[in-house]
Amino acid sequence: MTTQAFTTQRRAAWRSYRDQLAQSTARTLSRRRLVSQIMIASTFVAALVAVLPLTLIVWHLLQQGASSINRNFFLHMPRPTGETGGGMANAIVGTGVLVLIASTVGLPVGIFAGLYLAEQRSARLATGVRFLSDVLNGLPSIVLGIFAWGLLVRPFKHFSALAGGMALAAMMIPLVTRTTEEMIRLVPVSMREAALALGYTKWRTSLSIVLRTAMPGIVTGVLLAVARIAGETAPLIFTAFGNNFWSVSPFKPIAALPMQIYYYATAPYDDWHAQAWAGALVLLGLVLIISVAARFATRSRAGLGGD
Amino acid sequence: MSEDVAPRIASRPTPALVPAEIEGASYGDRVYRWATTGFALVIPSLLLLIAWEVFRAGWPALKTFGLGFFTSSAWDPVNGNFGAAPAVFGTIVSSILALIIATPLAVGVAIFLSEFAPNWIRQPIAFFVDLLAAIPSVVYGLWGVLVLVPFIRAHVMPFVKDTLHLGDFPLFTGAAYGPSMFAAGCILAIMILPYISAVTREVLRAVPRSQREAALALGATRWEMIWDAVLPYARSGIVGGVILGLGRAIGETMAVTMVIGNRHELSASLFQPGYTMASLIANEFAEATNDLHISALMAVGAGLFLVTVIVNAIARWLVWRTARVGDGGT
Amino acid sequence: MRAETGVDAASVTEAPALDPPPPEVLAVDGLDAYFGAARVVREVSFAVKSGQVTAIIGPSGCGKSTLLRCLNRMHETVPGARVEGEVRFQGKDIYEAAVSAIGVRRHIGMVFQRPTPFPTMSIRDNVAAGLKVLPRSERPSRRDTDAVVERALRRAALWQEVHDRLGANATALSGGQQQRLCVARALATSPTVLLLDEPTASLDPISTQRIEELVYELRSEVTIIIVTHNMQQAARISDRTAFMLSGELVEYAPTNVLFTTPRDPRTDAYVTGRFG
Repeated sequence: MTTQAFTTQRRAAWRSYRDQLAQSTARTLSRRRLVSQIMIASTFVAALVAVLPLTLIVWHLLQQGASSINRNFFLHMPRPTGETGGGMANAIVGTGVLVLIASTVGLPVGIFAGLYLAEQRSARLATGVRFLSDVLNGLPSIVLGIFAWGLLVRPFKHFSALAGGMALAAMMIPLVTRTTEEMIRLVPVSMREAALALGYTKWRTSLSIVLRTAMPGIVTGVLLAVARIAGETAPLIFTAFGNNFWSVSPFKPIAALPMQIYYYATAPYDDWHAQAWAGALVLLGLVLIISVAARFATRSRAGLGGD
Repeated sequence: MSEDVAPRIASRPTPALVPAEIEGASYGDRVYRWATTGFALVIPSLLLLIAWEVFRAGWPALKTFGLGFFTSSAWDPVNGNFGAAPAVFGTIVSSILALIIATPLAVGVAIFLSEFAPNWIRQPIAFFVDLLAAIPSVVYGLWGVLVLVPFIRAHVMPFVKDTLHLGDFPLFTGAAYGPSMFAAGCILAIMILPYISAVTREVLRAVPRSQREAALALGATRWEMIWDAVLPYARSGIVGGVILGLGRAIGETMAVTMVIGNRHELSASLFQPGYTMASLIANEFAEATNDLHISALMAVGAGLFLVTVIVNAIARWLVWRTARVGDGGT
Repeated sequence: MRAETGVDAASVTEAPALDPPPPEVLAVDGLDAYFGAARVVREVSFAVKSGQVTAIIGPSGCGKSTLLRCLNRMHETVPGARVEGEVRFQGKDIYEAAVSAIGVRRHIGMVFQRPTPFPTMSIRDNVAAGLKVLPRSERPSRRDTDAVVERALRRAALWQEVHDRLGANATALSGGQQQRLCVARALATSPTVLLLDEPTASLDPISTQRIEELVYELRSEVTIIIVTHNMQQAARISDRTAFMLSGELVEYAPTNVLFTTPRDPRTDAYVTGRFG
């Protein structure tokens, strides 16, 4: 074969190889593209599916519960089994009382513990407390319920709002602690220094200047914690226990909205089911309004905070 | 008027460094320090108290039955024989089922939100998904028992048993009343979805842009970029999020107790009712009559305490580890 | 330059109520400042006379801010920070064990680089903030507080602009106004010395000029020490200037001398711009 013929043959072979490669790459490329499009579409489907439960729940709550929401619901007490009408006035007030009791312990402990963690930062004890606070946060609320039962119900041989409030306080503490710590850390060091340079003592700086500056964010966190504990049932069923009559005493059993919903939902009476839906609508509405408002407040602050 | 006030301040004795002031200052600081430390120590004390109370109250049952308490299926309050195996089994099965359902959905949503969603749709969808975490457990339970369970009984169970002819398959046998392990798994999946999704979104956001750009520059399709370049980087964080979801599923009480049927049954079938450790306590504690019964329930609580602490610690360690690696920026 | 402080009781025939203040209101003697193990201020000694404006200049990282913060015991508020040596305020060492840092800071005020008005307080409350923590015997009454606030705001050249909105939130003011508010706040307690740590670094030229005019007007009432990275500013407003390099006080002289005929070649190199 002459050199020229050889070169032509090699060139043709290269062109053919190159074309084959391009073809197969195009095939696999279009297949890869297809796979990519399918997977991207499926993530979109996942997003749609994920949005579905909330929509369904809210829809059913509205559909089933809205009709039972009337003045009676908010003003009246539960009627005996079989009788229709009646409301959840005592349960709504009871939730308020329980939140109040929980806050008397949960707020001071949470805020001061948060101050401690923010100011001691990486001291060994602080790291330990921070870790244990997360552990406490992750405990199932039913465990907190039986704990409060063992400590505050069994020895006294009766249920009480106090016991329920303490179980809720145990839930509240890690939440408020974490928020407080975060908000205090956001206050710039320069603010602390400005106060110190004016002759403020350390404790005065922490309380009058730093805590005061961080207060709006802390209030937001407290509201979120309140929304959380207001919806809890498990810690209450063997501590506060529930009460079909009007009671606001800390030393007697007390009704609470989530508990009332639970008892009504698991009973065989349709009227009670309707009341449960209404109660759940009110509860969810309350919790969502607080959560959304709190989140909205922090978001707009974070936008302006800058510096 | 302003003149005669100022001189009073300015004429403070010089050197006007009043030693007496130290006492006041450091006293206040010391009280403050003790107060904050004291309040902070409430947290570990509370945790210890909870552990002590729960284990102490459960000890009689544990002593009577030994560790076999968690492997025996007998539950006979009348004769005083207790075994928590069905509850333990139910906790494991319902949680794993919830994870199987929730994880692909949650990771899918997170990928959609962090990689593909246009801005105008990202906020609303993220908001909706995150809001799932704010719904109280009893509301989930109410919806579960009055909507989901009837739906499962009327449509899903007949579909699987009759239309798909899987009625004899061990996972789907038995009379289908509605309240079931399957219902519990579904409800739990909805409840843990926002947690897995939130953690995954965080972790995906932490993946450096350079990883994505490098993959695209090499000719990867958008999905290949996610699968081959982004997800492996975020893997341990995502696993951490999944385990976090597991921790929550294990401890979830009200929603589960309202849809699972509350029967001491150790069945392979998902369509059968069952128990979880949390729902067992919730269901029987108020009516527990004798001390041994209460102690048995407390022992279950102690087990729950231990399991959730361990699972949450693992979850946090994994998420923390990803955050550190991400900052290091290999 | 040690000032005589104590008077032997036996040799006193008449007892003066107070010692006459020594001419040096602030005397620094062998000052070392540490962050942990790192020494950032080395063996600095100098003295500042009453009624003067002293500038401290030097390149970034030379320790001038740290030195300033040692003068009102702010350096020690940083964890791990330490001071050795003496700083004598009107003859008394402020680092003596018996002396309270709080007390020191009420007589030696400070204005920081970035304006830090307290964001939850009104303009009036910001200025009065330092008054709230004075010992009860010295704290002015509510009415007197208003008078003190007005005087401080006038001295800070801010009164005209805010007198009709004292109740407004302090963050509503512009950057330059906020910095003058911080000056007013520091002046409210009538300190003897005012320390300014690069007070115009984050301000626009007009606000800068305002602050510089302020410094000039205040010098008769308050001794001012100002740290600045802006040599021209030092040249404009100060009577004496100290040049620092790598923690050492290289030269301390009347301003015009330091800038025109510096003794140390390093000073010369710095002020002529050969390094910065």
